[in-house]
Amino acid sequence: MTDHTDHSHLSDTELRVRALESLLVDKGLVDPAALDAIVDTYENKVGPRNGAKVVARAWVDPDFKQWLLRDATAAIDSLGYTSTQGADIVVLENTAKVHNLTVCSLCSCYPWAVLGLPPAWYKSFPYRARAVKDPRGVLQEFGQDIADGVEVRVWDSTAEVRYLVLPERPPGTEDMAEEKLADLVTRNSMIGTDRLTGGGAG
Amino acid sequence: MSSEQNLPTRAELPAMPRDEDGPVFAEPWQAQAFAMTLWLHEQGHFTWPEWAERLSEVISAAQADGDPDRGDTYYLHWLKALETLVAEKGLLTGEALRERKDAWDRATRATPHGQPIVLP
Repeated sequence: MTDHTDHSHLSDTELRVRALESLLVDKGLVDPAALDAIVDTYENKVGPRNGAKVVARAWVDPDFKQWLLRDATAAIDSLGYTSTQGADIVVLENTAKVHNLTVCSLCSCYPWAVLGLPPAWYKSFPYRARAVKDPRGVLQEFGQDIADGVEVRVWDSTAEVRYLVLPERPPGTEDMAEEKLADLVTRNSMIGTDRLTGGGAG
Repeated sequence: MSSEQNLPTRAELPAMPRDEDGPVFAEPWQAQAFAMTLWLHEQGHFTWPEWAERLSEVISAAQADGDPDRGDTYYLHWLKALETLVAEKGLLTGEALRERKDAWDRATRATPHGQPIVLP
């Protein structure tokens, strides 16, 4: 459909969003400034760095790690990263024998408070379906060959429980400070589609 | 999950769209739809499980209609779920939404390019 007139254009979807927002504002149900603040938070302030800091703390502080594995919601809350969706977070520890992979097979529940918003592939049906059916194949596509002796566990998130993977601390990082360690932690390693390699031992 | 046995086999599935960090929101309306949902939830208009249930229903229905659901249509599903839930909770009627959308459409057409669009 071409439209060569010089008036403005909004897509059908944009019109629907405007209709929804303006009606909710008229009824006093939403405050535009509050919406801007939410968008700003999720675009600029929350993101995988929060999760990376949680992971780095667990690597250097055994007591924090135990707390995190026992009651992740409280342990993460203590660092100031609180979920407003009322979902509990459960942390899954990767070891030499177990690799954890997280998914939301129904929609795309995700631990926003620590990882920000999910990447496109996490929201896609192929990932949601295949992570459950063929986790090793999915991991392979992400460049991770998981040895036969390692158990792969898949965790399906719900509206009540979100998962965060605690990746293994890479070899050669024993002397690294917590802040540097956090820089090594990738978003995908906390979803479970990545494993961390050495920290460049030098 | 009861839908599990209906999942296509691996060979039938398209490749996963993989990205680097990518933009959080592809277009501004996605951010607005997202923020409205969070705000209404935080104000107690619905519970998060209620929201997740609507969203997964909309996604399943879209798949049944042939949406390959590669993640790029996610916020369209999100918007539809939000429209459904606000009507269900009696916050707005579907009729009011349609009328307001038409009003925005007329305002858009009446606005010269480059000027802010406002309702009369």
